[in-house]
Amino acid sequence: MSETAFAMTDGRVSFDGKPVLRGIDLTVCPGEVVALLGANGSGKSTLVRTLLGLTPLTGGRTLVYGTPPARFRDWWRIGYVPQRLQVGGGVPATVREVVASGRIARQSRLRRTSAADKAAVASALEAVRLADRAGDPVQSLSGGQQQRVLIARALAGEPDTYVMDEPTAGVDAETQQLLADTLAGLVEAGKTVVLVAHELGPLEPIITRGVVIREGRIAHDGRPPRPEGDCARPGHEHQHPHAEEPVGGPLTGWQGEPR
Amino acid sequence: MIFELLQEQLFQLALVAALLVGLCAPAVGTFIVQRRLSLLGDGIGHVALTGVALGFLTGTAPVLTAVIVSIAGAVAIELVRARGRTSGDVALALLFYGGIAGGVMLMGIAPGGSTAKLNSYLFGAIASVTVEDIWIIGALAAAVIAVVLIFGRELFVLCQDEEMAKASGLPVRFLSLLIAVTAALTVVIAMRVVGLLLVSALMVIPVATSQQLTRGFRTTMGLAMLFGVLASVGGLLASTYSAKVPPGAAIVLLALAGFVLALGVGKFVRRGRTQESTLSERPQLRVEEIA
Repeated sequence: MSETAFAMTDGRVSFDGKPVLRGIDLTVCPGEVVALLGANGSGKSTLVRTLLGLTPLTGGRTLVYGTPPARFRDWWRIGYVPQRLQVGGGVPATVREVVASGRIARQSRLRRTSAADKAAVASALEAVRLADRAGDPVQSLSGGQQQRVLIARALAGEPDTYVMDEPTAGVDAETQQLLADTLAGLVEAGKTVVLVAHELGPLEPIITRGVVIREGRIAHDGRPPRPEGDCARPGHEHQHPHAEEPVGGPLTGWQGEPR
Repeated sequence: MIFELLQEQLFQLALVAALLVGLCAPAVGTFIVQRRLSLLGDGIGHVALTGVALGFLTGTAPVLTAVIVSIAGAVAIELVRARGRTSGDVALALLFYGGIAGGVMLMGIAPGGSTAKLNSYLFGAIASVTVEDIWIIGALAAAVIAVVLIFGRELFVLCQDEEMAKASGLPVRFLSLLIAVTAALTVVIAMRVVGLLLVSALMVIPVATSQQLTRGFRTTMGLAMLFGVLASVGGLLASTYSAKVPPGAAIVLLALAGFVLALGVGKFVRRGRTQESTLSERPQLRVEEIA
């Protein structure tokens, strides 16, 4: 049986007794491009954090490539793009240093930076068009450019699955388009993407599935109808019906969502 | 003649100690400042005083007991920090006061203890560094540099963004303890040179100075180590001119003077930098407009 990227069964999370996720069943198959949608406070960010094990479940269970996050070892398979860049306590770090840190899950402790590391970092910087800023401190970049640094950091790790927490929030139109183009390339290469978004904008055409979270539950799952467990079928062809009819259809559920 | 030679050896020992401190403290300090734990060194320094006093009380080398107690203190501080409760702030304060008060009390009880000895640990006494001290300080310094070399890449990710470190599968708890323990070792190294009350200065000031002038993490650390060595050796030299100049204070004041200087120079550097980046962005925009 082929593996699933993420599999959550009856996922529940509460903060100080207040339920945030109330029983989420979500399976993400390789090659899917899943958008987690919902209003602010609906629990979508908590959901991605839980998928990665950053927030512990208070009930249910979740698997990353078939293993609970606490026991998962192949973290190089996951590229996490957090909501914003943490710049720490003011010690400068160059764009290249931050992007290179995306290789960390692939590097062993005593090995020096390899040619493969350098090549991956260079091509990640190229992909987000920040190669000319590689030597500048990340602190000096604009918000949109910092978002691109975060994406480049994930790209540098060459993972199988990308998990992005609001990659389009507060980002200029140019960066949004750049992100959409980059994602399209990843999708073509067969990568899996799970992203949280408030609005899809230019990402719309590449999303294969929209999952709407409302008050900690899945209110709508816009996965194109197909037999259960077909991602388990080896060598299956992935259909992208949304690419042909990008607007409307299964995604309409979230568009009327109150903010 | 014999007296002069003795003086010579004392000075050599002091110089080695100053060099090691100048190298280690800013290296660890860069991670600690990045992690927003600038006051960690102060906390460990307070706790280490109890360790020193325990050494006098039990007749063992105070440097060794200080290592043990400050490591225990650092681990306690890290555990409190990791729990992230608001009460943790108070818990840390209690630990620090306990460290100082315990140290002063034990030192009073200890057979060889005196106010002069207490002062030499609180404010440093680089001229009284013994060969045994140098061996211990050297071993600790080697351990600190080894940690930075072996774990530097991981510690950078941890100190930059702990969440990211977790999502990259790094052993976050282990690395957090490692940085705390390394800070504890550094405190003990620096204790004889600048004293427990000023230990943190050598971990923080060279880093603050360096980051006025640099763009990257690695260069910040390298330059901070250079500033650290300049300050500690310079302060030591200043103290040889007059017996009235306490080396610990001279080192820290020199480091502060360097910071003020870098603040001024940094403004120029940054002004040049912004001009440079606006220049480099303009042609790029034009190319895109044409395309």
